Amino acid sequence: MANIKRSPWLLHYDGSSCNGCDIEVLASLTPVYDAERFGVMNTGDPLQADILLITGGINTQNRDVVKQLYKQMPRPKVVVAVGVCACTGGVFKDCYNILGGADEVVPVDIYVPGCAARPQAIIDGIIQAVELFQQRSEEHDRLVRDMKAWGKRKPKAES
Amino acid sequence: MTVNRILYVIAYIVLAPFAGILLEGIDRKLSARMQRRVGPPLLQPFYDVVKLFKKQVISVSSTQTFFLLTYLILMILTGALFFGGGDILMCFFVLSTAATFLYFAAVASSSPYATIGANRELIQMMTYEPAVLLSCVGFYLSEGTFNVSRIAVSEFSSILYLPGFFIAFVFILTIKLRKSPFDTATSHHMHQELVKGLTTEMGAQNLALFQIAEWYELVFLMGVVGLYIINSNPWSIPAAVLVVLASWFLEILIDNTSARMKWEDMLVGTWMVTLLTAGVNLLALMLIKA
Repeated sequence: MANIKRSPWLLHYDGSSCNGCDIEVLASLTPVYDAERFGVMNTGDPLQADILLITGGINTQNRDVVKQLYKQMPRPKVVVAVGVCACTGGVFKDCYNILGGADEVVPVDIYVPGCAARPQAIIDGIIQAVELFQQRSEEHDRLVRDMKAWGKRKPKAES
Repeated sequence: MTVNRILYVIAYIVLAPFAGILLEGIDRKLSARMQRRVGPPLLQPFYDVVKLFKKQVISVSSTQTFFLLTYLILMILTGALFFGGGDILMCFFVLSTAATFLYFAAVASSSPYATIGANRELIQMMTYEPAVLLSCVGFYLSEGTFNVSRIAVSEFSSILYLPGFFIAFVFILTIKLRKSPFDTATSHHMHQELVKGLTTEMGAQNLALFQIAEWYELVFLMGVVGLYIINSNPWSIPAAVLVVLASWFLEILIDNTSARMKWEDMLVGTWMVTLLTAGVNLLALMLIKA
């Protein structure tokens, strides 16, 4: 079983965040916190990402965007909600345009609370996400193997 | 002699990815140290590619994998021709063909980001091609042959005759290796105007194929740098390795200390440098040899 948790690539999406959490997400990549020592890369490309990191709540405008980003990411994938707004909607929860946290539209795996979430907490959340990513990858491998075995058993004459 | 050549080719095909992993690992580690970070482990590029092979394949266009495989095979062929002691002119022609297939792989997806990246890749090819072709001409004028196996055993290092060509070649290496300030086609770093440019629509194993081809290309280009140094004396081999490592360090330093240029500046600047170094050297060489 190959160890793939050494290479988590992040896709950072800023929902209706106040930019507080976004600054902290970027701070965790700076020399002080240096998330790259865990192999973390911040990619802008959903097709190459493993972990979707959402900051800010979900509103009526970004609902479809978040859904589409999630769909564009190849399996195995993990979703991390950073900051209290992405977890529940936060102080904006009762606003007319806010639907709530990121789990309104995509299945969130790890919740990182805080306003704004501190870089230490964000890195801790990513490390937990990475463990889950490894687990999902093993499940994915098993699925692929089973599907291949099933394909071999299937009689060819039908096609 | 033939057995030796086959051994070199096999050694290249087997060992080049490992050398590529180490060189790129050193790049990421050194870049991190230059930015006062700890940086990822040395084998990080290897972990990345292993992961990419295990991800689900989502591809907009099924021909993309075919184009990328062709790119990889042509890249291996380029290096095999070179390390097998073949014709250096042929090597660079095959290399250009490989680069064309990379262009096809990018435009096959019809994504706007990938297409702009691919167009910029074509501009980059136009930018570095004169220096590459002039290098071949330089090798021919100084050694009287295009044959790598004969250039490698010449009496004096080619760099003695070709210092200008060497400078021009190291200059365009920055373009070939997709490093800042000339990384217009693919942005290596996050959140930029082209997302990931050329590679935007490549995910999972397609990106892994691209990455492996890059390692082969890196080792081939470093081999060409070494060819400038190597001669019939066995002591020239460690010297060539030292020069290769020094030029790799220089690339990393330039990458970390410069911002991206506009393509017009890149084109004009590179052609000027090529003309002033390789062009002047070519004139001098023709006067000496005539």
